[in-house]
Amino acid sequence: MSVAPVVQMQDIWKTYDTGAVEVHALRGVDLEIAAGEYVAIIGPSGSGKSTLMHIIGCLDVPTAGEYLLDGEDVAELNENQLAEIRNKRIGFVFQQFHLLPSLDARRNVELPLVYAGVGAVERSARALKALEQVGLSERAEHRPGELSGGQQQRVAVARALVTNPSIILADEPTGNLDSVSTNDMLGLLSELHAQGRTIILITHDQEVADTAQRIVYVRDGQITADSAQNKPQNEVVHLDNAVSRAAGDVKTAEVIKVAGVAKAGKAAKAGKAVVL
Amino acid sequence: MNWALTVATAFEAIRSRRMRSLLTVLGIFIGIASVTLTIGLGEGAKLEITNRISALGSNLLVVMPGSGNAIFGGNTLRSTLTIEDAQMLTDSEVAPDIAAVAPIMMTSSAVSAGDYSWTTTAYGTSPQWLSVRARSLAAGRFFTQMEVDDAAPVVVLGTNTANELFGSIEDAVGRAVLMGSAQYNVVGVLLTQGSMGLMSEDDLVVMPWTTQSQRLMNGTNKVAVIYVAVATEGQLSQAYQETYAALLASHGLTEEHPDFGITSLQSIMDVVSSVTTLLTLLLTGLAGISLLVGGVGVMNIMLVSVTERVKEIGLRKALGARPSSIRNQFLVEAVFLALFGGLLGLALGYLASAIIPGLIGLPVVVSVPASLIALGVSALVGVVAGVYPATRAAKLAPIDALRSE
Repeated sequence: MSVAPVVQMQDIWKTYDTGAVEVHALRGVDLEIAAGEYVAIIGPSGSGKSTLMHIIGCLDVPTAGEYLLDGEDVAELNENQLAEIRNKRIGFVFQQFHLLPSLDARRNVELPLVYAGVGAVERSARALKALEQVGLSERAEHRPGELSGGQQQRVAVARALVTNPSIILADEPTGNLDSVSTNDMLGLLSELHAQGRTIILITHDQEVADTAQRIVYVRDGQITADSAQNKPQNEVVHLDNAVSRAAGDVKTAEVIKVAGVAKAGKAAKAGKAVVL
Repeated sequence: MNWALTVATAFEAIRSRRMRSLLTVLGIFIGIASVTLTIGLGEGAKLEITNRISALGSNLLVVMPGSGNAIFGGNTLRSTLTIEDAQMLTDSEVAPDIAAVAPIMMTSSAVSAGDYSWTTTAYGTSPQWLSVRARSLAAGRFFTQMEVDDAAPVVVLGTNTANELFGSIEDAVGRAVLMGSAQYNVVGVLLTQGSMGLMSEDDLVVMPWTTQSQRLMNGTNKVAVIYVAVATEGQLSQAYQETYAALLASHGLTEEHPDFGITSLQSIMDVVSSVTTLLTLLLTGLAGISLLVGGVGVMNIMLVSVTERVKEIGLRKALGARPSSIRNQFLVEAVFLALFGGLLGLALGYLASAIIPGLIGLPVVVSVPASLIALGVSALVGVVAGVYPATRAAKLAPIDALRSE
């Protein structure tokens, strides 16, 4: 059904030269994500998953390797071109929400459109529509301070949606949320996935990752397992039962996907396979 | 991002931090206020001096005894100028460019009328004095050449002198005053002129020089000053040359050792106004230093602001802001802050300009061009103060910016 993959990475390296030592944050990552996939990238802190996310989101460029986003090589792009890519192709959702406190919800959602040069009337209309999609239309005139954490993150999702990007890149979107809001948020992401959006979720939380359709394990700068391939890429030495869990969960997730996404969050949370 | 939105964003950032914005621009506020006021005071002083001097007539040369400069002293007690010198200058063969000459003998004298007595300055001069000094009469007439020839006992009083002696100007004309033992008829009263420095132009007695010489000054032919008037300002330098040559010749002197000095009112005016301009510049420079300090203040706060808003910058970049958009945002913010301070400063400057003349009696002239320049300077200060912080903000890597806690 799909043409070129949205994300196509080949042997991506990211090296930080701290002077004394070279730190290899990523050591040869190969990753392909097709349009419409819901992928969780999971790994402990220091695993390189944040670096991977930065590169996927064009917030950073790889030291070596080839990264094609929507078939376009982004390694060679300059600051302005990267800004445009981030603006048009990526929708970010951050752990700390990152809403501007002085702007109300609608105007926060409008921000990416502002940088895209969209006129005021269209901006407002699109922002309201995005807020409606996340179920917050009646809160459009509220400032972040007047919204709960879960609502703020919904505003952030609306902001990520508003430019109609190729990828929604969510970096620990539930990290600052309580369990109710977490379920809520994961449900929302599943819903967006069901609508055909490509979602990449970065997390260290297995339960959160379990809501995704596919799970990519990152450790020490390498992809150690990818549920899409159903087997670890590298040696299995330090891989614990996470892999087997992942394998099981993928089946679960796929079953759920078939059944419809509405219950996905709850099911994942319960950690059970849902048999229909 | 277009400019209207950039401006709106900057404006919002300033508005959301009102107190800090106000404190940030304090330096510029004070700087612009003091620049405005200093220039206003300088211009006011210049205007006042110019008005006073030009009231005397700018087509005038002043010949004074002594070799020094007429304004900055150098008057010798021994007068070297005589009535004959003055009469020589009226000769159109000697000095064709001179229109009128008024020699002045000066002495202090007590004047009385009835029970009232008053000490004033007596001027003995020619009928040309009236036109040469650009004076006019409030009542009566000036004395004539015939009265000079006859050494007639007639006087013209200054406004204040007339008021002191007779209570009113109208009452003075036709009455008699006593100076020494002699009686003089008051034929006219001068129109008020105001004071020029310490010398009142309204407290004086003017009479034919012959009368003054014979009756008050023991028949002297020495004069304190000779006023020389030309018909048009263009003749001034010609008249200067003629006067200079004629006096040197008649005194038998060389150019190296003149015993008189010639000054034009224009040159006095030039000197005075250049002194005032210099003072104004100096004070403006001092006020400008506070503007500089104000600019540094703005830069400082903008740097703090960039550091504080690292997350906001990172977010904006993640959402697709180009480095130039971020730079413009902070630059416009700095310029707005500075302009805001400049406007407040102008307001204070204008307010002070309205109040100060009433307090210290000095005129303050606030000029619109100077105000516009002041605003322009504030904006420039904003640009200069904003460039570095804005560039820093623009260069922030989005990941570093987002990561910071």
